[in-house]
Amino acid sequence: MNLKPETFQRIDEVITHYPVKRSATLPLLHLIQEDAGHISDEAITWIATKLELQPINVLEVVTFYPMFRRAPIGRRHIKVCRTLSCALSGGFKTCETFEKEFSTHRGEISPDGEVTVEFVECLASCGTAPVVLIDETLHTKVDATKAKQLSDQIKAEAAARK
Amino acid sequence: MSAPAQQRIIFQHIDEPGYTNDIECYLRNGGYEVLKKSVGRKPEELIDEVKKSGLRGRGGAGFPCGVKWGLVDRKSGKPIYLIVNADESEPGTFKDRYIMHQDPHQLIEGTIISCFANNVKQAYIYIRGEMPEGARILEKAIAEARAKNFVGPNILGTGYSCEIYVHRGAGAYICGEETGLIESLEGKRANPRIKPPYFPAVLGLYQCPTIVNNVETLCQVKYICDVGGEAYAKIGTPGNTGTRIFCVSGHVQRPGYYEFPAGTITMGQLLNDVCGGPLPGRTFKAVIPGGSSAKVLKFGERYKGKRKVGADMVDYDWGVEDVPMDFDSLAMIGSMGGSGGVIVMDDTVNMVEALANINAFYSHESCGQCTPCREGSLWMKKISSRMVNGDARPQDGALLKSVADQIPGRTICAFGEACSWPTQSFTIKFKDEFDAYSEVKKTLPADRTVLV
Repeated sequence: MNLKPETFQRIDEVITHYPVKRSATLPLLHLIQEDAGHISDEAITWIATKLELQPINVLEVVTFYPMFRRAPIGRRHIKVCRTLSCALSGGFKTCETFEKEFSTHRGEISPDGEVTVEFVECLASCGTAPVVLIDETLHTKVDATKAKQLSDQIKAEAAARK
Repeated sequence: MSAPAQQRIIFQHIDEPGYTNDIECYLRNGGYEVLKKSVGRKPEELIDEVKKSGLRGRGGAGFPCGVKWGLVDRKSGKPIYLIVNADESEPGTFKDRYIMHQDPHQLIEGTIISCFANNVKQAYIYIRGEMPEGARILEKAIAEARAKNFVGPNILGTGYSCEIYVHRGAGAYICGEETGLIESLEGKRANPRIKPPYFPAVLGLYQCPTIVNNVETLCQVKYICDVGGEAYAKIGTPGNTGTRIFCVSGHVQRPGYYEFPAGTITMGQLLNDVCGGPLPGRTFKAVIPGGSSAKVLKFGERYKGKRKVGADMVDYDWGVEDVPMDFDSLAMIGSMGGSGGVIVMDDTVNMVEALANINAFYSHESCGQCTPCREGSLWMKKISSRMVNGDARPQDGALLKSVADQIPGRTICAFGEACSWPTQSFTIKFKDEFDAYSEVKKTLPADRTVLV
């Protein structure tokens, strides 16, 4: 497995949190996904060996939990809450704005590789609806105007990187 | 009558200017003093305080916390585990996020006190995968508490040791169900276990006795151990003691979270006085009082029956605005207090569309273990979606209700009930809207707020 040394270090540490190794399945999947971007077949086999499990034990977990990905996504991950409170406040328009700004469709990588826009189920911040999680940062009251501003910011950051 | 004043116990410092989530700020505000006091008492005394307090769990079911603790098998010789259920994921509910983000040490102190009371040496905080920042904040807070000897070996020199670890979920709603959560923590799919025989208090995590408590519940425990069970029981109303946090979202002027003594505020006071009423030019149409699975209430409807007040039975005749916001009153009128998530809908909302939104959620989140829930939730989603898309078939409204009626009581966990209650209540209370879509191929107006 090609991972950063600190990821390996954190993996070894997190396993000690549990009396039964299998419990570390979710934490290991998170750590590997954060480092590698998605969960490959190699990662599944590697985790199984590390936790003394069968690969199917890991694969069944990967396919059950929506946050684990089997394929790469764009550089930035835009998750728009789809659930009722956010929808009542205009969440669908928010999502459409992101799709339009990056010329992409939900669930696909944008043509410039910059973002993947997705609908997700409740982000547990219904009082500040509509909400959007960009990578690991929650943005609140994201109406269409704010979605446009956030898109501009992402585009500016991408341009600065190039 | 205007609304009673808020009584902020759990949210005392939340949103206070200058209040931060680091330990120094918490200590300056009297933090960990209750822990110091509690570890000098006998664990049984603390359990007694919680029993006397009448505290009901704040995760949604409202099960008495002291009773839950009393069921723990303490003679098995196996380690006892405590799991903090921080997998708040019922649409409409968002109170725990603010506790963890802004006042994480309050949760840690409540957790350690509860661990001490129940002789727990290892606790896990199972936090939603969607809250990466919350997980980081909690990990930092635990490290700070460990450095001050509030967590870890030989806490405050008492000889008592306890570790807390943060465990992140990965986006599955069912992990909030206590046995599904345990399966997930064991590194498996979060398929709930059959109860009985697997009551977590006897056979929980790793088949050891396990307590699963909600974030807010453990914060309330900290407060109870501070003021005493009897004093706590005087807050609120009999059977609904302590404070209750309401998270209001949807079509009100001031959505947000508000804390009141349980049972002291009515729906009308909460929505009109506290939350500023409907949006300009609008009127309230419906409200879901306790998270999206709770049965919807229709404005204009009357709820009649008898209820116990002291030793007497008295008649009640309530409109939605008159209902006291406590577990029992909401149950009496056919809904529930749940986790306190109040979702408000005004007259712009098409109820068929709102239900289609909710059904999309529940069909996505069913763990798939039990056929009635797996197939039923998807079927309800398909029917409600085709209704709003203008492809309704005759009798679709009736079919929707019939599918929902086949699910509750036929599944391993309460998700079966959770996914069917919205459909059952929407189709009964807004029957005319559903019938209109069933009889003619109706499409939604273009200028609507899109919900699906």
